[in-house]
Amino acid sequence: MAESAEKLRILICTGTGGLASGAAAVSDAFESEFEKHGVEASVGKRCEVIGTGCRGLCANDVLVDVCIPGKEAVTYDFVTPELVPQIVQEHILGEGPIEKKVAGPYYGKFLEKQQRIIFSRCGTINAESLEDFLAHKGFEGIKKALTMTPEEVIEEVKKSGLRGRGGGGFPTGVKWSFAKASPGDKKYLICNADEGDPGAFMDRSVLEGDPYGLIEGMMIGAYAIGCTFAYVYVRAEYPLAIKRLQMAIDKCYEMGYLGEKNALNLPRPLDMRIKAGAGAFVCGEETALMASIEGQRGMSRPRPPFPAVRGLWGKPTNINNVETFANVSYIFYNGADWYSSIGTEGTKGTKIFALTGKVKHTGLVEVPAGTTMKEVIYDVCGGILNNRKFKAVQAGGPSGGCLPEAALNAEVDYDSLIKAGAMMGSGGLVVMDETTCMVDIARFFLNFTRVESCGKCIPCRIGLKIMLEVLERITEGQGREGDIELLEDMAYDIKKSSLCGLGQTAPNPVLSTIRYFRHEYEAHIAAGECPSHSCKPLLHFTVKEDACKKCGLCPRVCPVDAIEWEKGKVAHIDLEKCTKCTSCYDACRFMAIE
Amino acid sequence: MTETAEQVEEKAVEQEIDLTAANKVLDKYQDMDGALMPVLQAIQEEYGYIPEETVHLTAERLNVYASQIYGVLTFYAQFHLEPRGKFIVRVCMGTACHVKGAGRIGDTLKDRLGVGHAETTEDLRFTAEYVACIGACGMAPVIMVNDATYGSMTVQKMDEVIEKYKVMEI
Repeated sequence: MAESAEKLRILICTGTGGLASGAAAVSDAFESEFEKHGVEASVGKRCEVIGTGCRGLCANDVLVDVCIPGKEAVTYDFVTPELVPQIVQEHILGEGPIEKKVAGPYYGKFLEKQQRIIFSRCGTINAESLEDFLAHKGFEGIKKALTMTPEEVIEEVKKSGLRGRGGGGFPTGVKWSFAKASPGDKKYLICNADEGDPGAFMDRSVLEGDPYGLIEGMMIGAYAIGCTFAYVYVRAEYPLAIKRLQMAIDKCYEMGYLGEKNALNLPRPLDMRIKAGAGAFVCGEETALMASIEGQRGMSRPRPPFPAVRGLWGKPTNINNVETFANVSYIFYNGADWYSSIGTEGTKGTKIFALTGKVKHTGLVEVPAGTTMKEVIYDVCGGILNNRKFKAVQAGGPSGGCLPEAALNAEVDYDSLIKAGAMMGSGGLVVMDETTCMVDIARFFLNFTRVESCGKCIPCRIGLKIMLEVLERITEGQGREGDIELLEDMAYDIKKSSLCGLGQTAPNPVLSTIRYFRHEYEAHIAAGECPSHSCKPLLHFTVKEDACKKCGLCPRVCPVDAIEWEKGKVAHIDLEKCTKCTSCYDACRFMAIE
Repeated sequence: MTETAEQVEEKAVEQEIDLTAANKVLDKYQDMDGALMPVLQAIQEEYGYIPEETVHLTAERLNVYASQIYGVLTFYAQFHLEPRGKFIVRVCMGTACHVKGAGRIGDTLKDRLGVGHAETTEDLRFTAEYVACIGACGMAPVIMVNDATYGSMTVQKMDEVIEKYKVMEI
């Protein structure tokens, strides 16, 4: 650290979100500006441009930190290559920060209620540099674990209270002890990085921003259980994550942390390999994931035998999620007592959430367990976009449920979320406002799970299809009396009789939307109206005269100029020209288009 | 449009698949545990899709049934049995994008190109794909054209992007 404190550092977010917003161009711009002005000579310090992992606030990318030694770091948001010369001229060579371009007070608020432990390295260190990792406690955890016996390591994890972050919430230490107790010489360790839930991307962020931290967590697990081979199953949709992790693994082999050289003196050397998925959501389920590694169709199988007894290629196998392994490293940096002091009675430590949808600051948020949903949405993420009314938050992906405003005081821990009718899941939170139709959301999730069902058991394969047909006819205005009851009946049956987690949880979005938003279902069926103005077949494409505020926003977004409007007059939609694209519905702040 | 005998023949010659690359892939992975998927992924990387001939070659060399390989190929969304367009347009249909209007983005694509999910335009320029979550939810609704990501899409921006790739030199 002492050395880097002397340097002038520019930290640029180069996660998938940052790169998509042009981080590479910004980085190049800094390099060339430094060269052009000979900044190193005039400031008298070395300048470094560092590509970091994701900072969390993806909506405002590209985020850039300027760290001048002896001064507080300054964060700029929405940085473009055009802005770079100005930053170099005025901030680095000149007086100080460009006030107008610095990230506003919301950024401080965004960080205030968070406790970034797993993310403490993402966004501050160079994700691709082993040296930077080693300078930030890297491999201290495994070194500490090696001074203990494997039994003591498992005991430490049990004591920390860590529960699996993949969604199930099974105590990690207990899981490890099962795999350890299984007889056999060859055991496998698998990291599940098949983050398939739409709306969740925290695992990707850890892989991109702190790949060595994950490797370290896996080394600790392998030591405790006695594994000699580890797989990381990464979904193929994450090319950057695969690239960075592969780079980190190669580097570890080169330095001898992994493989035969065994620089850390593990009792048995550990090999590690990436297995790229091929686009199947069900492969996030552990038995399907193992089938996929073996080169078969990713179909789940009954348990028991559990993977700890008969897993990959019939050998005892332990599977944990990315975030879980990342947590393990930090437990060994700081001790189990420190870890268990964070969080609630039943859920220890922090949890990362991916906030998306109609919320002001979308991105990744790490909060201690026990924070309420309300705090996460309103305090950390700034509330609802366009000052619309909050309707629901969908927690836990396609297996979770929608929570209405009344349930927002639920704390984020495994047990209170289940009580409220949702689940922690992998941590995706999709915020919905008054323009989101809850029947349509249920249809959306069911369509997703139906497509992704592996087809092995009938309740899931055929039951979901029938439920989807019912939901489709409701959203098209063809709903029938008794449809809601039919959906409920089928949902219970499918939950009871499916083999794996996908089928057992697939009806959850339907059940939770019926539970909290039954009136919306009834409006679709009885009146043929969509109260949220969202289901396309039920839209009229006319302007409500009394609700229109004559603001003139809708004609600007119409791609075919079908909206006539003059200043001070109510807008009118020409149905001859209208292509029914629904852009105007989204733009109107006053729900004035029916 | 009816094809002349000459054109048909030309096409057949064009479709003759050179198996050298596939053999090389198989040499590399043959002895690995669970080689099938890495092999298929590498073959697709080489050819852009999985030609029928390579399936039979793989079956022979890995000592599995071709039916088993087809089972795997049709199970995973990322394997393709038909040649694909130069530009793969992926419209994200994840939850966040759905909530922010991905439906109309997908409709626009279908309307402008005339192809739906997993279909390719006749000139092999575009392949449309509706995918579940590409993990850029912060910028929803999102599309990807090959490796380039375009965020906060509207119908108008969609038209601009399609136009850009329509005139781009292949």
